[in-house]
Amino acid sequence: MAAAAAGPGPGSGPGDSPEGPEAEAPERRRKAHGMLKLYYGLSEGEAAGRPPGSDPLDPTDLNGAHFDPEVYLDKLRRECPLAQLMDSETDMVRQIRALDSDMQTLVYENYNKFISATDTIRKMKNDFRKMEDEMDRLATNMAVITDFSARISATLQDRHERITKLAGVHALLRKLQFLFELPSRLTKCVEMGAYGQAVRYQGRARAVLQQYQHLPSFRAIQDDCQVITARLAQQLRQRFREGGSGAPEQAECVELLLALGEPAEELCEEFLAHARGRLEEELRSLEAELGPSPPAPDVLEFTDRGGSGFVGGLCQVATAYQELFAAQGPAGAEKLAAFAQELGGCYFALVERRLAQEQGGSDNSLLVRALDRFHRRLRAPGALLAAAGLADAATEIVERVARERLGHHLQGLRAAFLGCLTDVRQALAAPRLAGKEGPGLAELLANVASSILSHIKASLAAVHLFTAKEVSFSNKPYFRGEFCSQGVREGLIVGFIRSMCQTAQSFCDSPGEKGGATPPALLLLLSRLCLDYETATISYILTLTDEQFLVQDQSPVTPVSTLCAEARETARRLLTHYVKVQGLVISQMLRKSVETRDWLSTLEPRNVRAVMKRVVEDTTAIDVQVGLLYEEGVRKAQSSDSSKRTFSVYSSSRQQGRYAPSYTPSAPMDTNLLSNIQKLFSERIDVFSPVEFNKVSVLTGIIKISLKTLLECVRLRTFGRFGLQQVQVDCHFLQLYLWRFVADEELVHLLLDEVVASAALRCPDPVPMEPSVVEVICERG
Amino acid sequence: MEDDAPVIYGLEFQARALTPQTAETDAIRFLVGTQSLKYDNQIHIIDFDDENNIINKNVLLHQVGEIWHISASPADKGVLATCYNKIADSRVLTCAAVWRMPEESEPGSHESPDESSSTAHALELLCDLDSVAAHGSVACVVWEPTGDGTRVISLADNHLLLWDLQASSSRALLASSASLEGKGQLRFTSGRWSPHHNCTQVATANDTAVRGWDTRSMRQIYCMENAHGQLVRDLDFNPNKQYYLATCGDDCKVKFWDTRNVAEPVRTLEEHSHWVWNVRYNHSHDQLVLTGSSDSRVILSNMVSISSEPFGHLVDDDDLSDQEERRPEDKSQEPPQDGVIATYEEHEDSVYAVDWSSADPWLFASLSYDGRLVINRVPRALKYHILL
Repeated sequence: MAAAAAGPGPGSGPGDSPEGPEAEAPERRRKAHGMLKLYYGLSEGEAAGRPPGSDPLDPTDLNGAHFDPEVYLDKLRRECPLAQLMDSETDMVRQIRALDSDMQTLVYENYNKFISATDTIRKMKNDFRKMEDEMDRLATNMAVITDFSARISATLQDRHERITKLAGVHALLRKLQFLFELPSRLTKCVEMGAYGQAVRYQGRARAVLQQYQHLPSFRAIQDDCQVITARLAQQLRQRFREGGSGAPEQAECVELLLALGEPAEELCEEFLAHARGRLEEELRSLEAELGPSPPAPDVLEFTDRGGSGFVGGLCQVATAYQELFAAQGPAGAEKLAAFAQELGGCYFALVERRLAQEQGGSDNSLLVRALDRFHRRLRAPGALLAAAGLADAATEIVERVARERLGHHLQGLRAAFLGCLTDVRQALAAPRLAGKEGPGLAELLANVASSILSHIKASLAAVHLFTAKEVSFSNKPYFRGEFCSQGVREGLIVGFIRSMCQTAQSFCDSPGEKGGATPPALLLLLSRLCLDYETATISYILTLTDEQFLVQDQSPVTPVSTLCAEARETARRLLTHYVKVQGLVISQMLRKSVETRDWLSTLEPRNVRAVMKRVVEDTTAIDVQVGLLYEEGVRKAQSSDSSKRTFSVYSSSRQQGRYAPSYTPSAPMDTNLLSNIQKLFSERIDVFSPVEFNKVSVLTGIIKISLKTLLECVRLRTFGRFGLQQVQVDCHFLQLYLWRFVADEELVHLLLDEVVASAALRCPDPVPMEPSVVEVICERG
Repeated sequence: MEDDAPVIYGLEFQARALTPQTAETDAIRFLVGTQSLKYDNQIHIIDFDDENNIINKNVLLHQVGEIWHISASPADKGVLATCYNKIADSRVLTCAAVWRMPEESEPGSHESPDESSSTAHALELLCDLDSVAAHGSVACVVWEPTGDGTRVISLADNHLLLWDLQASSSRALLASSASLEGKGQLRFTSGRWSPHHNCTQVATANDTAVRGWDTRSMRQIYCMENAHGQLVRDLDFNPNKQYYLATCGDDCKVKFWDTRNVAEPVRTLEEHSHWVWNVRYNHSHDQLVLTGSSDSRVILSNMVSISSEPFGHLVDDDDLSDQEERRPEDKSQEPPQDGVIATYEEHEDSVYAVDWSSADPWLFASLSYDGRLVINRVPRALKYHILL
């Protein structure tokens, strides 16, 4: 086989191997066959020890099975030259020789081995015969031994029984002795204070004594024992009552007493009474910490102390009780529950008092940690005493505190808002005092907005502590649902925004309108603030809140749009009020100027009256002020030369005698005037009308109010010729400067025209001034 | 239910003064005083024929000056008082006088107003309400509401003057007076005589304050400082609830007060968009309140919750059985609500005067500066709601 693995054999040329993939499979099979054949020593020739593809039937193959010497020789002779034949011959002779010597060696070795095997077999035969004899002898010996053993057993039988009996008697005697010694032992134990031992003895003897009490001697022992036991019980009770030695020892006493067969009911009462004493002690010490003037350990320390002292004690009691009085059944459990409930109530009352002191504080994290500890502590007894509802009560307290905190934060936010307002007021008042430029309105607005926002964020962060993952109560349904949605979102944030709007609105209907307690700039600023809230801040804050407090509650919440609408309404009211206040200021100026002047005997106008200049100045100032916070707004298209407009109504063409007495109601009045009035009121100017959120609308509102006041005041006066002319001049001046502020300049024109027309009506001698003169005067100053 | 259309009457001149003829309880009659600086002023006696919706007018000349305020005597149909301006020595003086209307100017005597105007009768002067010591410009004159028409109060600058008219009003004696002291120039703008307490109370308005006076002692009995944010223009007493008072002013508001508690108004209305010049309680149904404003609107409001009939009309005794039948039904109806009943927009200029007719409690007149007088009625639905 080695040849097959090594490669082609000597007689096989590469040429006669029909190599190909299709031939590989049968060839491999043949190879396997060959290997088997080689192993079993089958004919060398038939083995596949030839190079693949060589014909096994080739008669010229020296190693093949069908080797035919004749053919081979023929072939050699025919094919090979002499030298090669010679070589072949020598080679073959050498090979034959080598093969012969090999065969000789093999035969010799095999023979040797055969000889030694034969020797070994013979020796074994001998040995087995010897062993057979010895086995026979062993069998006989064993039989003898069995016989002896049986005889010995028979002899000892009798003795064994006696020994057993004696051992029984001995045990009985030991027991009796124990019984007789029992009283003294018990006494000794009691004296030594080894109560546990005594109770164990007593327990062991009790049943026996009970059984044999009809025998006088046992009776006596039993009596003795009972006396001692009673004493023992008494002592135990004594110790139990003295208490003081801590819960575990008490529990031990009770356990012993129970073992002595004392009535469990009573013991349980007493046990609880003692526990109560101790726990109340704890409570008292806690209460002392509250005190009237508390040295105020911080709340964390307080709850810690309460937790370890009271709650720990309660736990111990409960555990001991349940171990001791497990046999008592539900009645016992109820008793314990009632006990825990009562004391728990006291404890909660104390904790609440302490927490109430904390309400004013600002440190939420400490409070939350304290609450967390409080709540965590109570989980153990809560689990022990589900019936007492301690855990629920604790959760309730935590919830209550959380609610109160929310209220507190709401208050805080409100206070912060009011504080901001005060700051703004001061800032607004300051420049006038210091005489220098204070911070601009826009800056103030930004300050207020950012300050409020940061307060809100701080509050949210503080409140968020309640829902932190690591806090033990954060997974309670209240904190997952209601706290987030109703408490934080509705109560705190929405509540604050609402209260902000209300506070702002309260400036609108302050009773002291005349006092003007609220600076107009503040109104303007608040209005802008509310508007900003409407456009962006509210939704931002609420989104922030919703993100921080993932609201899982399905309860209805105030939608953003409602709040926005409220804020917008507030902004609108504030702005309207601003317009009213500013309008009133200018109105008052105009009104005083009209009312205090003697229009009949006034001189020919040379100038625009100072008050009109003042009005224009103030309007400009208001324009600047509003412009700081509000956008420009839209106005109607203006004619390029508005200021050049002449008085259409009261032009110089007006003829005297138009008012001829004619009692026909048809056309008594200047048709021009009438048509103008009708035009004016066909649009119906709502003087104190709501304004829009832009500068032009605000200014329009203020100017409308002012001019309407001027009109009404003019109508209450009587004018001389020069009075009328003065009004003409003033109105022209106003027209020159006011049109630029309003949305629709036509409005200013109409109102001013009407003022002049009314003045003309109120003049017994209406001689108007030439428009050119009016213009000259106005342009002059 | 169709409401009757308003009836409009135009005067030739500007006008501010309007009053019902208080003593007349049969015919619906209003007196209007004109304001003209150039021509003779007139008093128009407007008669309204309710059935035919026709207006008849008579014109009396009031030559002394333009009329700023007018009030009719509650006792004598023919007597009235005016406050008027006259210009003398390039100064404006406001005076007051009591006048008698000529007999023939009683209604119905003239059928053709156009001709009659040319031959208009003049008023007959009974007496000037003027004393030796000039008290200043008279803002208004008010008659004692229920008396025999002999007691009159005039408000002149900062003086409150109580006059006794004697010898059928031909002589006026200054019975007593009070004056307002304080810094600045104080001036009364308006006053009303309370119909309660035996007519011993008068309320006046000056600037933003409203004051009550006792006519016996001429002392101030209450004062509402800052009753309005701005000037108080007018006030009126509730004819059926003795402590209730309505005021109006330049802050566009109408306020209702209980004079026992002057700190806070009972109710505030803010419906007008400009100064409110006039407020009037209906004489019979005090839930109806009329206001006129320089936003040229007239507003009729229902103030049922603070009226003397807060639970609807109290039925007379003989209707008692009827009422008891109706009571449960009444309760099931929605409770009456305060609010605006109607806004009248017939005017195109500022409305300076509104008043109820003294004869027909469902009818009122309003007067705007351009001389337009509008007569309106309470909506029928509301009228029946109140009556039934």
